[in-house]
Amino acid sequence: MDNSYSIELKNIHFSRGSRVIFSGVNIQIARGKVTAIMGPSGTGKTTLLRLIGGQLSPDKGDCFVEGQNVPELSDKQLYHVRRQMGMLFQSGALFTHLNVFDNVAFPLREHSALSESMIRDIVLMKLQAVGLRGARELMPNELSGGMARRVALARAIALDPSIIMYDEPFSGQDPISMAMLVKLVRLLNDALGMTTVIVSHDVQETISIADEVYVIAEGKVVGHGTPEALMASESSWVQQFMRGLPDGPVPFHYPAPHYHEDLMGGRL
Amino acid sequence: MKQIQALGRSGIAFFQEAGRVTFFLLKSLIGKPNPHAFSLLIAQLYFVGVLSLLIIIVSGVFIGMVLGLQGHNILSKFGAEPALGELIALSLVRELGPVVSALLFAGRAGSALTAEIGLMKATEQLDSLEMMSVNPLRRVIAPRFWAGQIAMPLLSIIFSAVAILGGYMVGVKWLGVDSGAFWSNMQASVDFYDDVLNGIIKGVVFGGVVTWIALYQGYQCAPTSEGIGRATTNTVVYSSLVILGLDFFLTAVMFGGLR
Repeated sequence: MDNSYSIELKNIHFSRGSRVIFSGVNIQIARGKVTAIMGPSGTGKTTLLRLIGGQLSPDKGDCFVEGQNVPELSDKQLYHVRRQMGMLFQSGALFTHLNVFDNVAFPLREHSALSESMIRDIVLMKLQAVGLRGARELMPNELSGGMARRVALARAIALDPSIIMYDEPFSGQDPISMAMLVKLVRLLNDALGMTTVIVSHDVQETISIADEVYVIAEGKVVGHGTPEALMASESSWVQQFMRGLPDGPVPFHYPAPHYHEDLMGGRL
Repeated sequence: MKQIQALGRSGIAFFQEAGRVTFFLLKSLIGKPNPHAFSLLIAQLYFVGVLSLLIIIVSGVFIGMVLGLQGHNILSKFGAEPALGELIALSLVRELGPVVSALLFAGRAGSALTAEIGLMKATEQLDSLEMMSVNPLRRVIAPRFWAGQIAMPLLSIIFSAVAILGGYMVGVKWLGVDSGAFWSNMQASVDFYDDVLNGIIKGVVFGGVVTWIALYQGYQCAPTSEGIGRATTNTVVYSSLVILGLDFFLTAVMFGGLR
């Protein structure tokens, strides 16, 4: 495996029942860069993150993370690899019975033998990085959606992972929260030297911070390159998605019988 | 031919489910425990045990009082009121204590456990634990299982104790049965090993089974509001049926024909 890539997906095939999600996906995620994986809803972007994190196994293909093929790892090895990964879930996935401070301290208490005073310092530093040091006593139900994601982000970087994955970090956010998150993702990537993977369908926000973009549709990679290259792409798939066109290869109409025949109820 | 195929399919599905349920428990309990296992256990003992105390005590008092009334009504026909203590104590420690407290436990703690785990799943908390290299089976499931396993027999003992007091209040204080006869008949007829210990064994078995069902239903439920609702209902229904079925089996082994 090329050492310049943190993650390499090779010929990934994955199905849920009879529904094919991926049929031969190849993706290489460069070390230290922000890579966006984009595509319409339901194309399996979150599934892709779960394959990288080892929560799902592909039917066929390899998924290398830091040189280790995730589907072949034992539970113990998998947990070891996951310590190098941070993941921001779409909902934030904060523990509802813990306050902000304890949520961020959670991975430190589970995986380190640090003293409480050391944990306190680290947690406050992580919360300072996301701008929520003053919210440490709040419970998750007292946070706005944007704040919850920033707390989850502080928790995801608590153990200083080398890879961080974001599942739809910008969806459902107001413009201010979205701008904060966009800035944070880029800032944390550059400051901490992490490899960042963003799964999103918010085109403008994502391409503003991505170094490289993969567009997936119908189980395959349909476009790949820098944001500028993709905006100039001649692929109709890529153009429809990047420019948000209502009709194109992804049809406006769900497959249906012929309109005229349907209206006449078969009386033709 | 189709009926044989359907039978085979349902047979395979049954054994697959049985395997999943068994592995779920084994993977939760066997292996290195979570480093914070003790404090997690104490927190869960409070959640499933202490918070169930009120319903257990109130129900126990009423069941005991009803037993006192009904028992006195029947025994007085034969002039055998002094045997009221024996009737109340044996009914409770052998049967009603473990069975009714297990049914209440399934309704109070079992449903709460299923809903809690189901919501943790729906809000991706279990996934986030996995991604933080924390095994949710050891961190979330195991302490709750042991807490249920420990709390349930204790609750059934408390249930029987307060129910006997309820029966005493009605039988002795209200209906005038002699206090000495009430207690001495009870002491003479209730054997620690045959009656009390067997009742505690029932409590241990019911505690394990109810908690197991509750946790599995929560862990396997569809992560939607409908899925959590269905899983919570399943917990109460399956637990109640299994408690009653197992009670018959255990009674047959301990006191009846299989002895």
